[in-house]
Order: sequence, then structure tokens, then C-alpha cells
Amino acid sequence: MTRPQDLLCPKPEGLYCAPGDFYIDPVRPVARAVITHGHADHARAGHGTVLATPETLDIMAERYGLGFAASTQAAAYGEASARDDVEVTLVPAGHVLGSAQAVVRWKGLTMVVSGDYKRRRDPTCPAFEPVPCDVFISEASFGLPVFRHPDDREEIARLLRSVAQFPERCHLVGAYALGKAQRIIRLLREAGWDAPIYVHGALERLNALYERHGIDLGPLASATAGKKADFEGQIVIAPPSATQDRWSRRFPDPVTAFASGWMQVRARARQRGVELPLVISDHADWDELTGTVDELRPGELWITHGREEALARWAQMHGVPARALALVGYEEEDDG
Amino acid sequence: MRAFAELLDRLSLTASRNAKLTLVRDYLRQTPDPDRGWALAALTGDLSFDAAKPAFIRKAVEERMDAQLFWWSYDYVGDLAETVALVWPARPGANREPELSEVVDALRGASRAEVQRLIEGWLDALSPTGRWALLKLMTGGLRVGLTARLAKRAAAEMGPEPVPVAEVEELWHALHAPYEDLFAWLEGRGERPSSENPGRFRPAMLAQAIDEAVDFAKLDPADYAAEWKWDGIRVQAVNEGGMRRLYTRTGDDISKTFPDVVNALQAEGVIDGELLVMRDGQVASFADLQQRLNRKSVDAKLLAGFPAGVRAYDLLAEGAEDTRVLPFAERRRRLEAFVAKEASPRIDLSPMQPFESWPDLAALRADPPAGDPQIAEGLMLKRWDSIYEAGRPKGPWFKWKRDPFLIDAVLMYAQRGHGKRSSFYSDYTFGTWTLDEAGARVLTPVGKAYFGFTDEELKQIDKYVRDNTIERFGPVRSVRAEPHHGLVFEVAFEGLQRSTRHKSGVAMRFPRINRIRWDKPPGEADELATLEAMLARMEGR
Repeated sequence: MTRPQDLLCPKPEGLYCAPGDFYIDPVRPVARAVITHGHADHARAGHGTVLATPETLDIMAERYGLGFAASTQAAAYGEASARDDVEVTLVPAGHVLGSAQAVVRWKGLTMVVSGDYKRRRDPTCPAFEPVPCDVFISEASFGLPVFRHPDDREEIARLLRSVAQFPERCHLVGAYALGKAQRIIRLLREAGWDAPIYVHGALERLNALYERHGIDLGPLASATAGKKADFEGQIVIAPPSATQDRWSRRFPDPVTAFASGWMQVRARARQRGVELPLVISDHADWDELTGTVDELRPGELWITHGREEALARWAQMHGVPARALALVGYEEEDDG
Repeated sequence: MRAFAELLDRLSLTASRNAKLTLVRDYLRQTPDPDRGWALAALTGDLSFDAAKPAFIRKAVEERMDAQLFWWSYDYVGDLAETVALVWPARPGANREPELSEVVDALRGASRAEVQRLIEGWLDALSPTGRWALLKLMTGGLRVGLTARLAKRAAAEMGPEPVPVAEVEELWHALHAPYEDLFAWLEGRGERPSSENPGRFRPAMLAQAIDEAVDFAKLDPADYAAEWKWDGIRVQAVNEGGMRRLYTRTGDDISKTFPDVVNALQAEGVIDGELLVMRDGQVASFADLQQRLNRKSVDAKLLAGFPAGVRAYDLLAEGAEDTRVLPFAERRRRLEAFVAKEASPRIDLSPMQPFESWPDLAALRADPPAGDPQIAEGLMLKRWDSIYEAGRPKGPWFKWKRDPFLIDAVLMYAQRGHGKRSSFYSDYTFGTWTLDEAGARVLTPVGKAYFGFTDEELKQIDKYVRDNTIERFGPVRSVRAEPHHGLVFEVAFEGLQRSTRHKSGVAMRFPRINRIRWDKPPGEADELATLEAMLARMEGR
């Protein structure tokens, strides 16, 4: 009888696969790693070999330089690779460009590690593909019933209404540099905003990378050059930390916006001095988390990080045995 | 409901007054009657529902979802209405989002049992922000950081030709939500609604601060009357056509909080004066008045312990006659007769302070005689020939405040500001020296201030805070504050009160940064004992 814990088990470095001798998203350097996506807390430099999608490898090279791992192996979505007698297939997770779920098969047992994921449409990456499995290993960043992300088009419409209402001010939108920023830009384009979008220097390389992968971001301009008055009525996108930093003083009376699932909670917005919270998240909200478990009906649900207890309780109430792995090292604040 | 919800959402996170004004004004322009009228009533605090009690909401939500999951959610969010708005498990169905006016009509007409069913239906139909707005509306007190006056100002400015806010204020108590006649007038589609409404509020006349260096040279002392500016709250006491009302200077009706004052109004007319706690004709401290403010109900003990009265400054109407068009000298003469006719210990006259020259008056201000003048905030100067004009016209009235109290205190904590100042550490907690239980000399916080400095000084303090941070707690930083290393502020304030909420036991009124003492070693800043001595002197007046 093959037990799931013989295939994957939590270790301080991350989720470990003993029969294939590799880790998934390890938080410390290891000999063999499978990386689900390019966010810094999941994709770290210094591993021996790294298996990931070509987009994720590209993102890691952009961030850490070409020597980020001793060797790399690119696996396109759906393409199975062997790690000893374990088969690993990367399947779209819908989180950011290149993001994947790791489907791990061994002796008739299928386990799916979701990585970070969402279920709704994202113009910058392919949609999440549900894979039937014995064990689904889910994230739970937004694993509380208070998190119900609204339609992102409505959030963008609110932003554009505010731009029209305050033409003498600049709208400074905090967005995580990988994924969120490009998604916001795409959504603005889809909503008809054709003007140049001003970006913080920290976003430029990743924007260029997205463009190379066929995501058309439209006209972009540097937010670092120019006079104060040039930014009146304009939209500036910057990493969340920069919106409150001294850097932001170059803009005319900015309306500080922040695109994040955490913005659903008013106190969070107030605490960060956010005037226009945009509830746009790259993670599954409560309905997506529970809906996915319901759709897959796995034999067991494991939960890697986030608010595990609430999702575990929900799963058990709905007849799916669940356990929290309480993996540490995955940030939850800025990449919401 | 959607536009109203978005308005409340934006207001609750907007710090800038101008931005709030824009948000409300645009809403009023873009929203049809009667929704916008109900929204304005909600924003000015003129809308409340008796049948809608929030207590059942929690029960309703727990009937629909697991109690443990609800508890975890509430624990995380921290606010019941917001939690319910977010977690509400909507039953699918063909629910249509209600309009604001539908909600208001239904809540006004419905019985308590009906209300519960209605609200559950609305919660099913609305988005989380809509639910949040609905729950705030139902429970009253929107608490979105908007004063009634600012809401009225937004209304005054909504039309193609803005009108002064005073005009809207004067009309206000003659109007009824949803104010269709008001909007018609503001939009140039209708007549100005009649303000002939007995018991209404008259917009207050306010004084400019005098600029000693410039103004006195231009002013003839013979043209001006002087009187003390008492340290209470400015009010308007109205007794007209059988209606007796007490209003704040912004038109808030506080009659229910001060039945003792309202019942004392016998003669028909309108007095402008200062609301004070008075015992045997002697004015008590502002702290005593605070015991009476912001209370929904008052009991006999409070009324006896903190008896309130009005010290009269002006007469705005006598019988049916509007006296505001008369010169101050004439109004004053009539006021004296009017107060004599009232013959109540709760209504007395603010005495005139005769003077010959500006230096005379300066001497009086610097050294007020014993008794009540010790509590005055300063002097008021009023032109004898000035009519009573709403707003703050330049010239007819001046206030000449007493010099503030000053101490040197040490910066201890700095907090990020809001809006324009969100990239600056602009809110400062400062302390003075005292001895702790072990006998060591330590700083204890005595106040907090966030203005009084220039933009350039703000940049310098901000840099100082960043360079001298010890610890960070969310938006707050603790700053090095040692005898030989730290930043000293000269803090100006208007008065001191005892406080049980502050560890130091004192609370400052209206503190602000008067000067930054880059030169002064923190060890030489003031002691808490200095403040305690000031307080003892103020109380022993």
C-alpha cells in the first residue's frame, strides 16, 4: 500500500519527495528543486538543479542572474519529466506568468502541489487546470470566508473613475513587481486606458520579460524622470513599498492605491495609508479555494501555508480529510 | 445603493478635506432624486431608523454559516459590521440590488419583524461594500470622517453657480429629506426654499485672528468693542414660535443634551453665546463642560453636578424681528435688556471691557483680573457698526487669543501621516522628564502634535526620525530620546487638564509644535513637574 507521506512530506527546507529526491519550492538551497513559480519566496537562488517552466526559469535568470542554479531543466506545461521513478508534470496554476502546479505521480498515486494559484481569468497567464488526484496540496493565503475577491474589471473601473474625478492628482498604484503589475497594466489596456503608464524602475526588467513572452503592455514610461506636473491625471505603478516611501514625493498629491487581496479588509488599507484599495489578487479567494476542493474531491487535502485552520475545517465539514502542513518561509504580505 | 456605498467607502479612507468635498459634490451631481437627498441626510446625521437594530444580524449570519468560521473571520477583521458584510453567505436567487431610496422607504415604514426579512434580502443582493454601507446606514453614525458642515458645503457647491454654505445652513432646519426643493434651487431649476421656519439655526458669524504686527496700526480703538472670549463652546439658543433649541456653531442640534439650558429660555428671540458650566455665576473649566458634551441622555445627577448656562454675546432675533441687520452697538443694547428680561441664572451677559487705547487692551489681555477672566481664551474685538454676517468676514470681528503656554519636550515617537503626508513621519508624540519607580530620570509622553511646522521643517524632522529610529511598530517609529541625543520641540498649547487616560496624568489642549529646538540638549527639556505646577495654578485661579 502506497502512502502519500512516502511520496511527499514536509521538511524544514520545504516539501520533500524521497523517492525522487527533490524538493518543491525549497526555502533553502538544495541539490534538486522543482519550482512552481518565480516569486522570490518560492524561487530562491543557489540550488543544484532546478526543474521549472521555461517562463519561470527566465524569471529566475532575470532576477538572480544566469548562474542562479548549477543546472536547469525546462518543462513546458503538460510535459512529463522523470525524477528517478517519480514522474513530474507541470500544469498551469493561473497565478503569474509561468506559474505551475506540480503533478507528482508514483506507483499509481497522484499528488498535486498547487503552488500559489487562482481560478479566475488573468490576461497574463494561462488558466488553472484542475487535475484529478489522490492528494491535493493547496495554498490558503486567503483561507478565510472574509476574502471574496470582486471582479477585477470592476476594481479597474473604480480606479479609472477616480482618475477622471481627480484630474489634478496622480494615481499611484502599489502592485507586486512580478505578475500583479503586468496584470494591472493589461487590465487597464483592456478597459481602454491607452495613455502611457508610468512605472517605477524596479518593474522595468520584468515588464520587458513579459513583453518578450508575448504580453503586450502598451506604451510605458519611466516614473523617475519628469516634472511633478507631468504626472497630473496619470497612472503610476510601483512596488507597494515605494508608494509610501520618499520616492513618492515626486508626484502631485498622489491618490495612493494598492492592488492586493489584503485590501478587502478596511483596517489593512487604513494601516498602510491607502486611499484607494483595489481588491485584485493573484491568489484564490475563499470561494475559489473551497470550490477547487469541491471540484477535485481529492482523497485528502493538505494545506501548505496561509490560514490553514479555516480551510481544513471547511474541508472536513464537507467530507474531505484535511491536514495543515504549516510550511514556513512563504510570505503572505506583499504578494497578495 | 452602489454609488452611495462607493461614496462611503472612498470617504472612509480619504484624509484630504478637498478630496472629500469633491467626492460628495460629484455624487450629488450624478445621482438622481430622491437617492441623493437620502444620502445627504445620512451624511449630515439627519437620518435614523428605530426599527432597525443590528443585534439580529449576527444571529442571522450564524444561522447561515459555521460559527467557528465566523468567529475566526470576526477575530481577523475586528469589526462586526465589516465582518458580516464580507462573509455574508448570499442565497442565490434573482435578487436585484436595492436603490438607496427603497432601503430608506422600507426601513422607515417597516415593523421590526419585517425589517429583518428585508435586510436579509438586501444583504443577499448587495456586494460586500454595499452590505457594509447598508449596515452602517441602519445602525446610524456613518463615521466616515465627514462633518455635517462639509456635507452641506458640498451641496452648496454642487450647482452651476455655487452658493455660500451659510445659505444652505440657514435653510437647513426648514428643509426635509430628501431635499428635492433644495436641489432644484441649487441646480437653478427652482425657487429658493423658504427659510421662515421657527426654531431654525442661523449661520454663525466668526472672527478673524488678528495679526498684531499689521492690523492694529490700521484700526481705531474707538470703532471697536472688546469682550472676553470664553472657553466653552459657541452656541445659539433659539426660542421662537414655541420652539426652543440649542445649536452648536455648525448647526448641530444639542437641545436634548442640555435640557437645563433649553428650559431656561423664556423670552422669544435668538441668543448667540458661549455654553459653559457655571456654578453660582462662576465659570468652571472646559473639562467640566466636557462631562456634559456628546451625551445622548442626561440624568439628574449630571445636571446637578455640572449645571450649564449660556453667556450671551449677541442677539440675532428679538420676537419676530431679525436683528442681524442692525449694527452691533444696537444689538448689544437690546441684548442687555433681553438678558435682563430672561432673569435666569443660566443666562448671563458677557461683559464689555472698556478701553481707551490698544496698549490698554494689551495690558488687560496679558494680565486678566482674578475670577472668570482667568479662564478666557483671549479677547474679541467687534466693530460697533458691524452687522451680523454669516461666515468669517475680514475686518468687522477679530479674535485676539492669549499667548499660549510653552514647554520644551522631547520627541519620543513618530507616526506616518495620511494623504499628502503618507510618506512623512508627521505625527509626533513628545515627553517630559520624570522619575520612575526606581528613581531613574525617564521621559513620559505628555502629548501628541501634527502641525505647527513648515513643509521644509517637516522634511527635516522626517529625516531626523528615519536616521534615529530605534524600533518600528507598524506605522510608528520610536526615536532616540536620551539626555545627550534627541530632538527637542518647543510645544505651544492652550491649556491643561487632568487625565486618567494618559500615564502622565495631564492632557494638553490644542498642542502644536511652536519651534524646533535643534540646539537644545534633550536633558535640558522640561520636567513633568513643570506641567503639574501649571495645572495647579490653572485650577487654583
